Amino acid sequence: MHTPILTIRNINTVFPDENGGLRALRDVSFDVHPREFICVLGPSGSGKTTLLRILAGLIKPTSGSFTFGHGEQPSIGMVFQQANLMPWRTVTENIKLPLEVKQMDEKSTREKTKEMIELIGLDGFAETLPRDLSGGMAQRVAIARALIHNPDLLLLDEPFGSLDALTRERMWTELSRIWQARQQTVIMVTHSINESLFLADRVLVLTRRPGTIKMDMEVDLPRPRNDDMRYTPHFGKLARKLREAIE
Amino acid sequence: MMKKLTPILLSTLTFLLGWHLITRYSDIPNFILPSPLSVWNRFLKSVNDGSLPYHTWITLIEIVLGLVVGVLFATVVGYILAKSRSLEKVLSPYLVASQAIPVVAIAPLLVIWLGDGILSKVIICALIVFFPVLVNTIVGVRAVPSALYDLMGSLHASRVQTLWKVEVPASLPVFLGGLRIGATLSVIGAIVGELVSAEQGLGFLLQLGDFQYDTPMVFVAVFMLIALALMLYGVVRLLENKFLKWQERSNV
Ligand SMILES: Nc1ncnc2c1ncn2[C@@H]1O[C@H](COP(=O)(O)OP(=O)(O)O)[C@@H](O)[C@H]1O
Ligand SMILES: [Mg+2]
Repeated sequence: MHTPILTIRNINTVFPDENGGLRALRDVSFDVHPREFICVLGPSGSGKTTLLRILAGLIKPTSGSFTFGHGEQPSIGMVFQQANLMPWRTVTENIKLPLEVKQMDEKSTREKTKEMIELIGLDGFAETLPRDLSGGMAQRVAIARALIHNPDLLLLDEPFGSLDALTRERMWTELSRIWQARQQTVIMVTHSINESLFLADRVLVLTRRPGTIKMDMEVDLPRPRNDDMRYTPHFGKLARKLREAIE
Repeated sequence: MMKKLTPILLSTLTFLLGWHLITRYSDIPNFILPSPLSVWNRFLKSVNDGSLPYHTWITLIEIVLGLVVGVLFATVVGYILAKSRSLEKVLSPYLVASQAIPVVAIAPLLVIWLGDGILSKVIICALIVFFPVLVNTIVGVRAVPSALYDLMGSLHASRVQTLWKVEVPASLPVFLGGLRIGATLSVIGAIVGELVSAEQGLGFLLQLGDFQYDTPMVFVAVFMLIALALMLYGVVRLLENKFLKWQERSNV
């Protein structure tokens, strides 16, 4: 296989508290390959969000390290559980935020923003404010915003957790399509086994706190994946394996 | 627009009519309650001799300068306190204590220290404006969702970028609420200062009218103050309409 784009080694995280510190992550190590879609599953409180925050550079691990292929700080696209849009900005203005931060010139900003709006299928909503978007639309805007600067790594933290079941499943198809179109490396936290099997190349299962990797499972289901796949014996076998691994 | 103005016009007319009738058919002397007409005549006279524009201008300058100084300080201090819990712990008792002292009580002191010119009024005005703007700045900045900080952090945004792209717009609604209160209070600040001692300004005019039993003049000054307060309030509302369009507005 390719050389990994991201190597994570022995990450430990302890949050200070009254009784000697709360261990959130213990000896987390894994490799990520270019264009891989990784899902992280685990019981709540197992440190999934903490892991993403470390990779995004928002907090430092207590010990351990992660290195990116090119040795520099990776550029990051992040999608949160809530769409986390700026309510005072229109769809266009929200999507172009990362390019503003990078101080890209206006012309290419406009072009790229337009391209992203087309990619997420929100043409006609360019000047809409977030308050007038449905949950699914808002989350698509958040995904576009996370991708517009072509980040090295796309991090998603239970991005569809707050959507209704129907919208969520439509978003799976949408996200796999976008992922295939953009050739992005993705790490996505979820608590849904179906979601992880629908999207991932590999699923990591974390243990209860302190979270450590209990299982690293290849998802060898053919793509493009669809609903019917859920009733195949192989899907059932993988789902059972994951269910047993999650305490 | 017309729909909104009609009730205001109607109530004003009713008020003026009632006032007129009272002065007309009761035997309250003019120096206690002047008729609307005599107030209007006094108004025209003071406009013509230039005294009203002059004194209004002076008071307006005091108010605007006081507002600028007060808001500037309150915003900077408020932002720093919002960002530093420990500093807030140290300073907040003093800030709260300072609010226990009515500005009216220290106004004479400030006039003694700073003279009875414009400066003392500007400072009194700034002091009275300071607190509501400070509190709202702190509340506004604290209310910025932490997820937006995470977003900016994940993009490696600088502090200045986070300030302008997140903190300012996110705290603006609450901040402007404080400014609205501050703007109205600023009129009181300037007048309190002028009443203590002044050679100019609407407060001076008011006191002069009082001493000379020129009650219509007192009324003119009071109405002018109301007009100033309304104007300032209107300016803040304009700012709100301009910058807070994105907020869901209940259908007023
Ligand atoms: N900034 C923090 N300070 C203290 N404790 C934290 C902090 N962030 C997370 N934790 C704790 O670390 C543990 C793991 O949290 P988290 O990563 O959010 O779990 P998950 O996303 O898997 O539900 C939890 O017990 C949580 O309370
Ligand atoms: Mg979480």
